[in-house]
Amino acid sequence: MNDLLTHELGLKALLVEAQRVPAFNPMFRLQWEKAQDSYVLLYPEGMIKLNPSAGEILARVDGKQSEAEITDALQQAFPEAGSLAGDVHEFMEVACEQNWIRFV
Amino acid sequence: MNRTGFDSSSLAPVSEPDVAPKPAGQPLWLLAELTYKCPLQCPYCSNPLDFSASGQELSTEQWVKVLREAREMGAAQLGFSGGEPLSRPDLNELIQEARQLGYYSNLITSGIGLNDHKLEQFRASGLDHIQVSFQASDEEVNNMLAGSAKAFRQKLKMARAVKANGYPMVLNFVTHRHNIDRIDRIIELCIELGADYVELATCQYYGWALENREQLMPSRAQLERAERITNEYRARLEAAGNPMKLIFVTPDYYEERPKGCMNGWGQIFLTVTPDGTALPCHSARQLPVQFPNVKDRSLEDIWYRSFGFNKYRGNDWMKEPCSSCDEKDKDFGGCRCQAYMLTGDAANADPVCSKSQHHGKILQARAEAEAPRDIPMTFRNERNSRVFCRSE
Ligand code: SF4
Ligand code: SF4
Repeated sequence: MNDLLTHELGLKALLVEAQRVPAFNPMFRLQWEKAQDSYVLLYPEGMIKLNPSAGEILARVDGKQSEAEITDALQQAFPEAGSLAGDVHEFMEVACEQNWIRFV
Repeated sequence: MNRTGFDSSSLAPVSEPDVAPKPAGQPLWLLAELTYKCPLQCPYCSNPLDFSASGQELSTEQWVKVLREAREMGAAQLGFSGGEPLSRPDLNELIQEARQLGYYSNLITSGIGLNDHKLEQFRASGLDHIQVSFQASDEEVNNMLAGSAKAFRQKLKMARAVKANGYPMVLNFVTHRHNIDRIDRIIELCIELGADYVELATCQYYGWALENREQLMPSRAQLERAERITNEYRARLEAAGNPMKLIFVTPDYYEERPKGCMNGWGQIFLTVTPDGTALPCHSARQLPVQFPNVKDRSLEDIWYRSFGFNKYRGNDWMKEPCSSCDEKDKDFGGCRCQAYMLTGDAANADPVCSKSQHHGKILQARAEAEAPRDIPMTFRNERNSRVFCRSE
């Protein structure tokens, strides 16, 4: 009987978290790299080549827009993609774990 | 180059014909060795032993051309090194150019000659990262090794200032038998300084370090202890939520398989030396191969079509045991320079490999590290360099 409650709490957590504003860890620089035909993350003596969706998400990280706003913007840019909230959220967690971004 | 006593008669320098190009990647990494000038005299310096005989340094315009051409070919990481790159008065100009071109630029410095004004100026010009190299956490050992008394205090001050200016902080500690037992102190110091990445690397025995190998190489027990302590600190850092990364590099002399040197010859890495010689690896200059110069040809031509860059590309140059080995695509037969230095033939397997008939040289070095003789070190300076030039 607690299922509904925990589910609701989970949803609320997601909504609250969507208000967080991601910003780059100053150690990383995102850049479109013509020679790789992709976005890349540059950091001291290294480079990470990003897949297209990771690149599109990170390209909208500017330390001002919230996760929810970034999701909206992506939704508009890729209307055919279906709901993106879950994917964006998941990627933000990974990016944070990798220390690429922080929430400000 | 007979100072090491090898028979290199079969390795007479070869002239530079255009050759049939072999498959090559993009030169993602450009190392710009701006100058051989350096106020320090580290006994493990990777600069060539005869650096004082090197030709005239490239001009600002020539460096700008190199930066542009390499970027056009896909280079994204740029290292300014030397010698001490701060000895080049046009460094700031080159940093500006690099940023404009879209490089991620790294300044690799001893910290000597750095000051707050320069840190701010370089930041404004778009420098992304400064790597300060240390030789020990112990002031006395450090000063003994760097051959200068003021060096250590200045380095600490500059490391702090680098962080304060918003640069990522990567500290590089060159470890060896005289400081590796203090690795706990070294790591503590890095934590205190708030480093983002810490590289704890035993020096590679090239250039000046090979001359001093017996004085530098740690024993196996020393190495194992240092690695264990590093692992303990990793666990502690993680538990404390500290994102500092510790990178521990084991010396290949204690391995049974060589490292995949430079990701393969002429595959991602391009060095340009102070006089414009282009190399597939910063230590390749010592090989009896004639390397092209950026004063004479475009980088594109050099990378794809020059003799030097194609010489050890792919694997058709290999000899046994490499040519029939199923690991050759993994380690590319190891390091050409090490093969040359220790066996007299750069096309041999890197003797670090236990399949190499010269592996005994490595075992001998390990044995020496267990009971080193007390002999003085050779410091890297102009006077000693001229001695090496003369003995060739
Ligand atoms: S290793 Fe030492 S001597 Fe060699 S260039 Fe670097 S700081 Fe100078
Ligand atoms: S024989 Fe050559 S290719 Fe095989 S593992 Fe040893 S060095 Fe590498």
